[in-house]
Amino acid sequence: MIQSIDYAAIAPSLILALMAGLVLLLDAFLPRTRTLLTAVTFAGVLASLVAVILQATAGRTLSTFCVPPDRRHPAPACSYVVDDLTLVFAAVVLTTALVIVLLSATQFTRPGAIPVGEWYFLLLCTLAGAVTLPASRDLIMLVVALELVSLPIFAMAALKRYDAKGSEAALKLFLVSVISTAVMLFGVSLLYGLTGSVHLDRIAAGLTAPVPVPGAAPGGVLAVGVVLVIAGFAFKVAAVPFHFWAGDVYQGAPLPVAALLSVISKAAGFAGLILVLTIALAGQTAFWSPVVAVLSALTMTAGNLLALRQRDPVRLLAWSSVAQSGYILAPLGVQGENAVGAATAYLAIYAAMNIGAFAVVMLVPGSGDLDDHRGLAFRRPAAALSLAFFLVCLAGLPPGLAGLFAKVVVFREIVDGGGAWLAVVMAVNTVIGLYYYLAWMARLFVPTPATPPVGDPTLTDGRLAAARPAAVAVAMALALSVAFSLAPQLILSVVG
Amino acid sequence: MILVALLAAPLAGAVVLLVLLARRPSSGETAQVVPWYGVVVSGVTLALALAAAAVFDYGRAGRMQLQVDREWIPGLDLRFHLGVDGISLPLVVLTALLTFLCFLYLVRHRPEQGRFPELAFTLLVLEVGMIGTFLALDLLLFFVFFEIVLIPMYFVIAVWGGPERRAAAVKFILYTLLGSAVLLLGLLLIWSHAGTLDMVRLTERHGEGIPRAAQIIAFLAVGAGFAVKAPMWPLHTWLPAAHTEAPTVGSVLLAGVLLKMGTYGFARIALPVLPEGAEVLAPWLGALGVTGIVYGSLACLAQRDLKRLIAYSSVGHMGFVLLGLATLTPAGMNAALFGNIAHGLITGLLFFVVGSLKDRYHTASLASLPSGLLGTLPYLTSLLTFACVASLGLPGLAGFWGEMLALLAAFDPASTLSRPLYLTYMAVGGIGTVLTAAYFLRTLALITHGPPSRVAAAAEPEGHAVLTGPGPEDSAAAADLAAREAQAAGPDATAREHPAVPDVTAYELAAWTPLVVLILALGLWPKALLAVTDPAVRALLGAP
Repeated sequence: MIQSIDYAAIAPSLILALMAGLVLLLDAFLPRTRTLLTAVTFAGVLASLVAVILQATAGRTLSTFCVPPDRRHPAPACSYVVDDLTLVFAAVVLTTALVIVLLSATQFTRPGAIPVGEWYFLLLCTLAGAVTLPASRDLIMLVVALELVSLPIFAMAALKRYDAKGSEAALKLFLVSVISTAVMLFGVSLLYGLTGSVHLDRIAAGLTAPVPVPGAAPGGVLAVGVVLVIAGFAFKVAAVPFHFWAGDVYQGAPLPVAALLSVISKAAGFAGLILVLTIALAGQTAFWSPVVAVLSALTMTAGNLLALRQRDPVRLLAWSSVAQSGYILAPLGVQGENAVGAATAYLAIYAAMNIGAFAVVMLVPGSGDLDDHRGLAFRRPAAALSLAFFLVCLAGLPPGLAGLFAKVVVFREIVDGGGAWLAVVMAVNTVIGLYYYLAWMARLFVPTPATPPVGDPTLTDGRLAAARPAAVAVAMALALSVAFSLAPQLILSVVG
Repeated sequence: MILVALLAAPLAGAVVLLVLLARRPSSGETAQVVPWYGVVVSGVTLALALAAAAVFDYGRAGRMQLQVDREWIPGLDLRFHLGVDGISLPLVVLTALLTFLCFLYLVRHRPEQGRFPELAFTLLVLEVGMIGTFLALDLLLFFVFFEIVLIPMYFVIAVWGGPERRAAAVKFILYTLLGSAVLLLGLLLIWSHAGTLDMVRLTERHGEGIPRAAQIIAFLAVGAGFAVKAPMWPLHTWLPAAHTEAPTVGSVLLAGVLLKMGTYGFARIALPVLPEGAEVLAPWLGALGVTGIVYGSLACLAQRDLKRLIAYSSVGHMGFVLLGLATLTPAGMNAALFGNIAHGLITGLLFFVVGSLKDRYHTASLASLPSGLLGTLPYLTSLLTFACVASLGLPGLAGFWGEMLALLAAFDPASTLSRPLYLTYMAVGGIGTVLTAAYFLRTLALITHGPPSRVAAAAEPEGHAVLTGPGPEDSAAAADLAAREAQAAGPDATAREHPAVPDVTAYELAAWTPLVVLILALGLWPKALLAVTDPAVRALLGAP
């Protein structure tokens, strides 16, 4: 059987994959090409983003890699579908990726000798996976895409040579990821065994079919399969009880990798989770939504409580992003009409504000203590004000309206869906979250003694130039966050 | 459009200030210009508020006027809907007035911590939030403005506050934030049942379409949010700490405006939108209000710090306001709104005066403040006496009417409520007024009356028993300590070395006179305010 391929549909991933190859070649044949490689990577991501935008403006659902209808299934099933959900996730991933490329450019100026070509190659591979994943509509494609997202990240975490923390982070991430993949594959095989299909819509049809498939397994198998699949994705999004790796990995890995993990890898995990839950298991909502609700409540609580005790900005962001995962999961925990929309909207807004916070941390070198940021407002007012804005957004308080509206969207979905206890848990968590974000923010405005603290040497022109890409990254994230604050309908109208 | 301008003026002022600050961090030069800048911006805002009051059609005070209604975020059903009626107009004017007076006061009387431009910026942002809260006619928009005040207030306390400022600021923000989180849930519950966020439409429906159980839960949630802010006993514990540590202007705005946001929320949202929930829970609201009255007064009797005392007296006064609201009658609601405004004026004045005393003597402790101040600082002390007497509810001053009308309303509560219960509330509230008088008179006796103490005029640091008359060794030790502290404190302490403590300054007088005049005016002619609020209250409650 020969499948026809719609290249317009797969253009964004294809561009990224080709660029990945190109970067590797350029690195091999052109020496001393740091700036060039950054530019090429940036251009590649931008081109992919343009492709996504073109797909969006075309306004029709593209699908490819389809199998024709057969005896049991009257409709064709496609493995790769570009619909609104796909486009939103792809746009979020690629926009964040632009910021991460800029952060990488600053990272290379820091000690640690990271090989540039390999770095960008791996980054582009991850992105290709992250863009493919939300378009995947069969289990095999989903798993492959998810692995494509994860595998390069271990390598990126370890690229900082001779750095024990980096290696430890990479190893931890590797182990966790491999286990989660194994768990998920087992769940996936159970689902396949139950329904005889890998396509999500056919699985759904198989599960709800009035006449069970011959030799159908008992309901318990389905439950185990569902739980295993959820667990597999829970690893990726660092949901409780699979969250332990987050702190060490974020802290040990180079900062752009932490940013990548907290936004892109997480977005990919959520995309997969949403697809499996709402398409393949659409008929089993009553079973999985309480599980997700409990998972969400535990995740936000554990993340916030762990974040409360942190002194290192990156660790704090790590745990707080675990907590934020809980908020994103929350709408899926009630059987609301627009749960996916709410989760996606939250994720998109979260991406902008969280990547911004990472960018400022990158911009302001420190020794890994929140107190390095003490009095930042007097030394570098622009950076401090941006960071304050991102933090206040993450906390969900005005003037950070983006975060507030994101929380309102989620709260509305929960209240509407009748998840009163979840709403109360989330309300309490919001307050805990606010405490540590605010404590960090308040540090920025505390006057410091005249001597600059350790870890913030006086800025020379060279250092300023090196930090410039990170500054542009901050500006981008800031522009996005402000846009979401003033006009959240930018995202709300897309996710419906 | 005048309402938009009312929000835009302080906001634009804040933004311009921020740009100037970012360009040139506070140098001596900017510090000179900024005070007047703040006065001008808040003056423009006040002028706009007065203009709004001037064009307001008092014949139709029950209707929303000067409305602005634009779509903002269709995805959330959120509209930028502003308007004023007889309930919000006085509060808007009060807010603009108090902010303006604070800036006027600040021209000469800066907090010791300096960083004045930042303070001006913070206060302007605060003003946007406060005015916006009273103007918003969309539940979510209301919530956004309600939240805007939190961060500026946090910084006002945490940066420019007293020695325990950090803890107080954190307590303030955690309490109010938990309240707002619950409030948000309540508002969303209303939205999910009623299908609209528009307060005008929700009010017109009087709870139609929201099932009884949902109304009760929503009232609990919304009520808890407002009760923290009001504050209602037993959710008041953040208030004394915040008031004691906040700088003078912070205390004034906190007591004068921020507390009103809670009771305004009850009057504007909780009672009219959720009438069945209100019916069930009003007795509890009344009970907690009355408890607050008695508790506040008793706590005041035990206080040793003047600022703390006034903070607790606010708990008592807000208790009267809550009692008025809990009667669910137009009379009670009018009383509550009157009490709101009166409390804003009187407590604003009290905090101003006490703040000035604290600036002069570096303590607000009743034990360390000298006695017989009426002899040493006649003008300042007269103003303090005036404010205290107004606060204890002397007939003829503004404080009287709020309390008296609330008690009167409790005599005749809405027909659905238990009359004996409210009669009990009335009796207990009456005892509360007596206690209120008791603690204010005790305070006045301690500091304004009595023989002027010479030693005290030298303003010794806290902790020295001025009143008990130190023995020779004691005073030598005290003098030694004072000298050492003076050295440590540097230039601040130079004022202390001069025995002559200045009386009221021109700026203080300028900032306080409007308050005094208004307290007198409202006390002598309460109808001026009641005539504005009454039609709006009747419209809200659907009463004839």
